[in-house]
Amino acid sequence: MSDAHKSMAKPRRSFVAKLVVRLPYAWLVAFFLVPFLIVLKISLSQTAIAQPPYTPIFDLAGGWHGIASFFAGLSLDNYAFLGSDPLYFLSYLKSLEIAALSTVMLLVIGYPIAYAMTRAPRRMQAVLVLLVILPFWTSFLIRIYAWMNILQHDGPLNRLLLALDLVREPPVWLSTNTAVYIGIVYSYLPFMVLPLYATLEKLDESLLEAAADLGCPRWKAFWLVTMPLSAPGVIAGALLCFIPAVGEFVIPDLLGGSRTAMIGQTIWTEFFANKDWPTASAVAVVLVCLLVTPIVIFQHQTMRGIERD
Amino acid sequence: MRKLSAFNLATLVLGIAFLYLPIVILIVYSFNASRLVVVWGGWSMHWYAELAGDAPLLGAAFISLRVALVSATAATVLGTLAAVALVRFGRFRGRLLFAAMIYAPLVMPEVITGLSMLLLFVAISVDRGFWTVVIAHTTMALCFVAVIVQARLVDFDMSLEEAAMDLGASPGRTFMAVTLPLILPAIAASWMLAFALSLDDLVIASFTTGPGATTLPIRIYSEVRLGVSPEMNAVCSIVVAVVGIAVIAASLLTKIGAARGAPAGN
Repeated sequence: MSDAHKSMAKPRRSFVAKLVVRLPYAWLVAFFLVPFLIVLKISLSQTAIAQPPYTPIFDLAGGWHGIASFFAGLSLDNYAFLGSDPLYFLSYLKSLEIAALSTVMLLVIGYPIAYAMTRAPRRMQAVLVLLVILPFWTSFLIRIYAWMNILQHDGPLNRLLLALDLVREPPVWLSTNTAVYIGIVYSYLPFMVLPLYATLEKLDESLLEAAADLGCPRWKAFWLVTMPLSAPGVIAGALLCFIPAVGEFVIPDLLGGSRTAMIGQTIWTEFFANKDWPTASAVAVVLVCLLVTPIVIFQHQTMRGIERD
Repeated sequence: MRKLSAFNLATLVLGIAFLYLPIVILIVYSFNASRLVVVWGGWSMHWYAELAGDAPLLGAAFISLRVALVSATAATVLGTLAAVALVRFGRFRGRLLFAAMIYAPLVMPEVITGLSMLLLFVAISVDRGFWTVVIAHTTMALCFVAVIVQARLVDFDMSLEEAAMDLGASPGRTFMAVTLPLILPAIAASWMLAFALSLDDLVIASFTTGPGATTLPIRIYSEVRLGVSPEMNAVCSIVVAVVGIAVIAASLLTKIGAARGAPAGN
């Protein structure tokens, strides 16, 4: 469709048409690209007791000499510092571990839900999709706060457990890793269910019927037909959950304990508490690199898949 | 008609219960008469009444609403333009970078978006406050708007636009008379989602805010860090109600739009 349109598009565009592209383009360059370049630049700077608290500062007034001394002032010291202090390495590791484990849990919980949704009558499916999306738009902060309510020492969960005689002593939930996992799984479930549902819904049912006609038991047909065909949904859902979970701040901060320092919190503390902007920037740059890698691999795989078909 | 198996039905019921129970518990506790959050003291509107006298909280709510109104509107305009550029302009110079800048913020951790925005404002020495939060929220939300409107433009019956052009309408006129009315529900829906996103954001606002521009999530966050309180239950219940209504309205609008603009025979 876009190809057909391309030939139609007039080579010369009016002033208004140019504005359609240039306005959002300029906005994104100014408020997304440039800020990110600034982060990159500050990650190569040194901390200084000044306002702004880093050096060197880009100063065009200094002329050619000023620009030269600016570049001479940049260094990789902050990155070396990140490498030398195990605190950062452990924080990255912890974030990746929590994000990966949560993604697996989300898959285990989300897959049956998405599958059951496709089995529901057509009319009900639209309502179910809305029901899954709705909490996703309902304030993130408030949904985490709702769990603070439930998980507190004499909160509803512990009362239920005590009433059912499942525990003798009320267990501690808040400020533990368990609470962080609960928070992530709860908040990200729609991200997992929706792409899975979108893939499973498109699945050609005649394939399963063919398998059944040929004498394949249902569980085996599920394993051999449904599972492989839903792989794109699994990958999309896993990426949609894993990537934001790595950089999560609110969930570990409110539900986790002081020992659950995820990398989002590290950036926050470096920035607000320690006022070490260059280190915070370096931590952020490394995080972006960590997150971009799975996306690039995914893109590469999809491209190969398209070429194969 | 297919029938749900017992297993699938149970999965759905449990799944939906897991998603909604925490919010329901929160709302129920907000009507608890007792000062102790965990002790049930009967139904009461006491904490809602208490909120009416909490001036800093009301101030923060007012700032949040203003930020959300302005940033949602700006994001909708810019995001719609971006979507039109992506779908209808074929290949133009820098399209790849443009598309990347629209998708990247969607997956960028909020901490990094907030940090980079703040560093920009410091670098150009702008005093942080209301407008810096508005700019940050506009940038974040315009990407969501672009993606939603783009999806609508892609499955749009092109023959309608072509017919208008064949009859001699200029591209601008065609857009205003044919395209815009048909994608209007998607635009309205994305405005509401942008509004909800802005009202909800804590991390980006914390980085870009300044004196006198404490938004509601920042205020709520500083309170809930200290623990659960009945007032917070009441505030959160109100926010859930407001955002919930906006999202249901938005999804109804999208549905109307999909029914109106679908290609013939669908």
